[in-house]
Amino acid sequence: MTLHAAEPAAGASTQAGPREPVPPSRAALRRADRRRRFRRDWPLLLMVAPTILVLGAFHYLPLLGNVIAFQDYSPFVGILESPFVGFANFERLFGDPDFWRATANTLGITAFQLVFFFPVPIVLALLINSLLSARLKLFIQSVVYLPHFFSWVLVITLFQQMLGGAGVVNNFLRRNDLGVIDLMTNPDTFILLVTAEGIWKDAGWGMIIFLAALSTVNADLYEAAAVDGANRWRRLWHVTLPALVPVIVLLLIMRLGDALSVGFEQFLLQRGAVGVNASEVLDTYVYYEGVVNGDFAYAGAAGLFKGVVGLLLVLGANKAAHLLGQQGVYSRS
Amino acid sequence: MAERPETTTPRRRRHPLRPAWEEEPTPLGRTAKAVVITLVVLAVAFPLYVVVLTSLSPQEAITRAGGLVAVPDGFTFAAYEEILSGGVVTRSVLVSTGLTLFGTLFSTTLTVLAAYGLSRRGSFAHRPLLFAVLLTFLFGPGLIPTYLTVQTFGLLDTYASLVLPTAVAAFNLVVMRSFFMSIPQELTDSARIDGAGEFRILVSLVLPLSKAVTAVIALFYGVGYWNAFFNAFLYLSDNDKWPLQLVLRTYVLEGIPIPGAGPIDSVAGGPLPTLAVKMAVVVLAVLPVLFVYPFVQRHFTKGVIIGAVKG
Repeated sequence: MTLHAAEPAAGASTQAGPREPVPPSRAALRRADRRRRFRRDWPLLLMVAPTILVLGAFHYLPLLGNVIAFQDYSPFVGILESPFVGFANFERLFGDPDFWRATANTLGITAFQLVFFFPVPIVLALLINSLLSARLKLFIQSVVYLPHFFSWVLVITLFQQMLGGAGVVNNFLRRNDLGVIDLMTNPDTFILLVTAEGIWKDAGWGMIIFLAALSTVNADLYEAAAVDGANRWRRLWHVTLPALVPVIVLLLIMRLGDALSVGFEQFLLQRGAVGVNASEVLDTYVYYEGVVNGDFAYAGAAGLFKGVVGLLLVLGANKAAHLLGQQGVYSRS
Repeated sequence: MAERPETTTPRRRRHPLRPAWEEEPTPLGRTAKAVVITLVVLAVAFPLYVVVLTSLSPQEAITRAGGLVAVPDGFTFAAYEEILSGGVVTRSVLVSTGLTLFGTLFSTTLTVLAAYGLSRRGSFAHRPLLFAVLLTFLFGPGLIPTYLTVQTFGLLDTYASLVLPTAVAAFNLVVMRSFFMSIPQELTDSARIDGAGEFRILVSLVLPLSKAVTAVIALFYGVGYWNAFFNAFLYLSDNDKWPLQLVLRTYVLEGIPIPGAGPIDSVAGGPLPTLAVKMAVVVLAVLPVLFVYPFVQRHFTKGVIIGAVKG
């Protein structure tokens, strides 16, 4: 201690440059800083740990499990022992008409919903935004959000009770000798049914983000437009819609990125009623090939194909958002 | 016609909430709007109304109506007594309740902890950890590998398989984190100077300030667990363990009696469930959502928008 204390004084008196302590290197500083920050922040890390563990075990570990797509996987020997077969599973997959039918169904449903489902929340938001009474607004919002919190089983059960063969609508029609309409089991109108269910369940919820965008519009803009002689429709066109465009573009792009995901439960639950031809989508195809038929490697290949194409679509969609000058799903920073 | 600004000579008494420059709606427009709004509200409310009414109707009323009852006609709790007197439905309600309570607690705790742990700018390793969380947004591991993982861990046919794989949703975590980051840092700093540790700060300072967001996140998780169908369908083959949604599907949607103990199907094969019983199961499936919803509903817009804008 005393030696150290004496040394700087001695150095200072002689003014010798080389005697001064060497400044620690940048890497050493960074290491020291990291150690210091770790000592300060370890409680935070401890808090994150359980989540990271769960995500590691049930998200990142299974990610590695995708190698079975390239294996002749057998559940008896496991992933580590199963022989690799290259792209054989994918070759079989791409030669399978059932797979292409599932892909076509999936894309068809996405396209149909883009046209008929996507605009509904926007229209609903405009409608609710045009109401003057705050109380009425809140009431309607509460009502239309509600079905979002019902399970698909429940939604489909309700639809069956309303539109099914013994449902309210058909009972009414029968009673008045108007014949019956077959909606719940008709493969030809399945796409309509699925979209209607989707709208019933989630259109109100989808409205939230548009309402938020509308609430940011400056009321002065409307007044200025009105003073300039714009009637209500022109104000809608020139003031309201431009405020919604960024959100619309963002959601549209996100939906396109999700083109291969149309949901699972809705199709699984109605597969029995309308038949495989109309209701098989990629998700249910993977489930039936893998878990039901036990063909894990083949289904794994189908799932990996869907995952990789889906990821590319999301990345591409985000790129498109950047190119259009929108913020996108995530920023590049 | 538009020579002088309308504001100087108001022809009619204006709506107190309508700005002065906005014109009166035409009667036609007003009617159309009212009709559309009524239809939207009815589309949600009518099915629920009919289902509740049918579940409370005696069998004769259902026969008279030829199906679902739309006009009140007699009143009985028989269907509820039947399904709640200890049987498949009773058990599944208990399972779903337990799963929802425990799962919500578990998921919310994990999410709050992780969101707080990642909310301090410049803290140790928070960037790579956050990145690892956000990456789960972008792509999932796929159904088959997840199934095999659950199988490898020996979780098939356990309740853990319904909780662990979906325990933390990255979206909820990000919403929470954005909210925590919006709390002024001076507050937490002052607590730190007073000697509070991170856990202490979280529990007695940050959480009380974030009641609304926490409630919304807990509702999201809770509804998720209550509605849990897919994981249960995938991982549980033992129908003794079935949660309510699986019973709803088999028993109500497909009208198949569930083999197992209970007064409903004590006879081999069992009688087909009556319409009132079916509808009572539906009501049980909706009830908790309807019950919790009003308390949390008003926070939705705030909570979700924070997440959507900042996420």
